[in-house]
Amino acid sequence: MIGYTRRNVRTEMTRKAVLEAAGDNILLEKTKGHIFTGLCVAATLFGIVSLAALLVYVFRDAVGWLDWQFVTSTPSRFAEKAGVYPMIVGSTFVVALVAVFSLPLGVGAAVWLEEYARDNWMKRIIEMNIANLAGVPSIVYGLLGLGFFVSTLGLPHGIVLVGAFTLTLRVLPIVIVSSQEAIRAVPVSHRHASLGLGTTQWQMIRTVVLPESIPGIMTGTILALANAMGETAPLIMIGAATSIFTAPRGIFSSFSALPLQIYAWSDFPKQEFQHGVTPAAIIVLLIILLSMNGMAIYIRHRFRTKKS
Amino acid sequence: MKGKQLLNDLQKRPGRYLGENTMKGIFVACALLSIITTAGIVLVLVFDAADFFRNVSILEFLTRTRWSPTIKPTEFGVLPLISGTLTFTFCTALIALPVGLLAAIFLSEYAGDRVRGFIKPALEVLAGIPTVVYGYFALVYITPLLRKILPGISTFNVLSASIVVAIMIIPTVASISEDAMRAVPNSLRLAGYGLGVTKFQVSTTIVLPAALSGIISSFILGISRAIGETMAVTIAAGNLSRIVNPLKPAEAFLEPIQTMTAAMVEIGTSDVTGDSVAYKSLFAIGLTLFLLTLVLNIISQFIKARYREKYE
Repeated sequence: MIGYTRRNVRTEMTRKAVLEAAGDNILLEKTKGHIFTGLCVAATLFGIVSLAALLVYVFRDAVGWLDWQFVTSTPSRFAEKAGVYPMIVGSTFVVALVAVFSLPLGVGAAVWLEEYARDNWMKRIIEMNIANLAGVPSIVYGLLGLGFFVSTLGLPHGIVLVGAFTLTLRVLPIVIVSSQEAIRAVPVSHRHASLGLGTTQWQMIRTVVLPESIPGIMTGTILALANAMGETAPLIMIGAATSIFTAPRGIFSSFSALPLQIYAWSDFPKQEFQHGVTPAAIIVLLIILLSMNGMAIYIRHRFRTKKS
Repeated sequence: MKGKQLLNDLQKRPGRYLGENTMKGIFVACALLSIITTAGIVLVLVFDAADFFRNVSILEFLTRTRWSPTIKPTEFGVLPLISGTLTFTFCTALIALPVGLLAAIFLSEYAGDRVRGFIKPALEVLAGIPTVVYGYFALVYITPLLRKILPGISTFNVLSASIVVAIMIIPTVASISEDAMRAVPNSLRLAGYGLGVTKFQVSTTIVLPAALSGIISSFILGISRAIGETMAVTIAAGNLSRIVNPLKPAEAFLEPIQTMTAAMVEIGTSDVTGDSVAYKSLFAIGLTLFLLTLVLNIISQFIKARYREKYE
């Protein structure tokens, strides 16, 4: 019934379009087409051009502030002495832990979904659940971290371990979905070849599926980790410091991360902070993200060419 | 009989089969962690929110018109925050949805493979910039720029936050809509051309209606992203909780507001203790936010699955 009426609507629309075209001036139609094309191009370029302009601004402001002293000093009230060293260490430490936690967990879940699970209600529920988790606002993961790891388990506020746990849960859905795609891309014939040689399922996964899908898994995981590197709100909720003077020494140390420091500095009214120190911190963060993305692209590219 | 014995022996080789089952168990556990995460979110939010509602009645939470969790006299009316979130989301959607849709039409209908191969990764970059950076851009670069056109604009305002969040959401809207449009079979387009209509008409009267379910689902997903957006609004839209009058657009969009997410950050960065009502109110707002985005995400998935046009 629905299909019937929908199809009718479409033919009705097409007929209208034809009548319009026949009745109207061809020149007018052409002009309309040109204007529309122009609008589409403008819309596509709007975001890209805006971001490019903003990046030019931020680079221009960071010049003169971003130097060796900046990446090796601690934050300070005085713009000339301020730096982001403890935040670089904090961000790197937390994201490294997130990698250690999320890679095995994410790949494990993906292996089960792709290699073991039958196409039944359980698989559907888990996949739907993962899709929904990917859409939960990041600040809600912060509440989960606060309510579970801090209040329930009694771990201290704002320590590296709690930050890493919270961000791991945040990025797991992305790691799982991209690992699933990588595993799905392994040809079925390769699996059959392995099983035909008498291997068990786990031997087949270990020796055929995982080695072949590792580049894809790494690419997806690095992109997810870049996401974690830029997260701010969940870390605020678990009580991470927005600014700190010492780099974390272990998993139970308090820490701060680059985005948190950018947040703290963003509402410093002083000109040398607003148009100097903060842009410099942003550039440091963007350089880290850019190199992570570059690494992901390199891995994808390198292994693609190797295969062919 | 002997064959069966052999088979039994083979299947009972303990080391090998123990490993098999252990590995399978580990993988199932990994997959179940996602269910546990969801359960954890729901339990934490519900329990702590219930604790909050023992101090402040649900009726009070939903009907009071002032939000003042830390400054006495404290009052916990969520309406100003919902009003702030809706204003911000509306303004963002007004920019992001049409721009994202037009970009999708360009990528699917107009751009050649080479242009698309260049534009698509560039669009992805927009979504990869951290939101805290976008918040800084809005506050420090966009608001002063807007002030040249709209001299009355406040330092903290909805419009500049909406512009940057729109830039961030455009790739989401564009890529899902584009996928839906590319799934429309070429025969439909050719039928249109055969009837003598222009490319503009094919795009808007044939491809667009045929891909409508995917487009709507991308819109809902974009809106849900805007509702959950935190840092850009916290930095650029201010922290002034107020009920926005939608009939006064200048006052609504050019003045500061406070969204639900920004209110949570404000409490999170203040020095409230773990047993105060303000601390517990975090979870009440969190629950509201979680339910709102969950419903939107489920609707989006449902529309995509249910109304997908199937072409042979």
